[in-house]
Amino acid sequence: MNSIGEACNDLKKEYDACFNMWFSDHFLKGNTDESMCAPLFKVYQQCVKKAMKEQKIDLQEVSKDILGGKHEKKVENS
Amino acid sequence: MPKFFSDSIIFNYTWDQVAQGFWKRYPNPNSKHVLTEDTVVREVRAGKLFSKRLLSKTNSIPKWAERFFHAKSVNIIEESIVDPVNKILVTYTRNLGFVKVMSVTEKVIYKESEEHPGKTVALRYAWIDSQVKGFSRAICAFGYDRFKKNCNKMVSGFNHVLANLYSSHSPIPSSYATVKTTTKLKDAAKNASELAKSKAAPIYASLHPNQS
Repeated sequence: MNSIGEACNDLKKEYDACFNMWFSDHFLKGNTDESMCAPLFKVYQQCVKKAMKEQKIDLQEVSKDILGGKHEKKVENS
Repeated sequence: MPKFFSDSIIFNYTWDQVAQGFWKRYPNPNSKHVLTEDTVVREVRAGKLFSKRLLSKTNSIPKWAERFFHAKSVNIIEESIVDPVNKILVTYTRNLGFVKVMSVTEKVIYKESEEHPGKTVALRYAWIDSQVKGFSRAICAFGYDRFKKNCNKMVSGFNHVLANLYSSHSPIPSSYATVKTTTKLKDAAKNASELAKSKAAPIYASLHPNQS
């Protein structure tokens, strides 16, 4: 999949490949050390944050953590 | 009138496979409406993986609703938590912007099926709301129907990705060997038939010298 920022596509692909490997070979096997893909994530984030600003995406709205918080919608009993 | 939707479906894959496939589910043949996908937050907190992804999708709406939505695409925020110990993946998705016109919030819990060992159950809940005076009922009804239709597409798209990743519906590793052997046999048969054809041509030619 493409990134929202065209300039970030290659960085995203590299990071995604690293993440998928880390998720399968490390995280699911009980190793929660995140350092493996951290450098790739950092450069990808710099790119994507810039693209989000350029596209006037509401960063404050993006940064809200709803899942697990008090604003999370509750499942109705049915 | 806010609308609530819920259903549950079974994926014929282990939870580990579904959790890995979750990050790779786009693109798939049913995801042409998904334009971009980015990870904007990712960190491990207390042994669980917290992620936030930003997706942009095309916005297909009926003619009558165009006056409310004047955007060709919408942005979606997908939060997720993976608990690898208890084998639970929870996703929580909401649209960014136009929330007063129509807000669609979806929560999905993927966990190991108790009834079907080795398979994964996905419990899906969705809330559709609108605050447009005089139109909220119509917009909610439209949003509910669109969501319901898209559910089947999402599931078959995800299944397509899982099938590609894991080749066989059976999660038992021995089946991989079977698949690989079959492919090898197929290749061998193909090679043999090609060899036979290439050898047959000159034989055919020599038998019918006047036709060549």
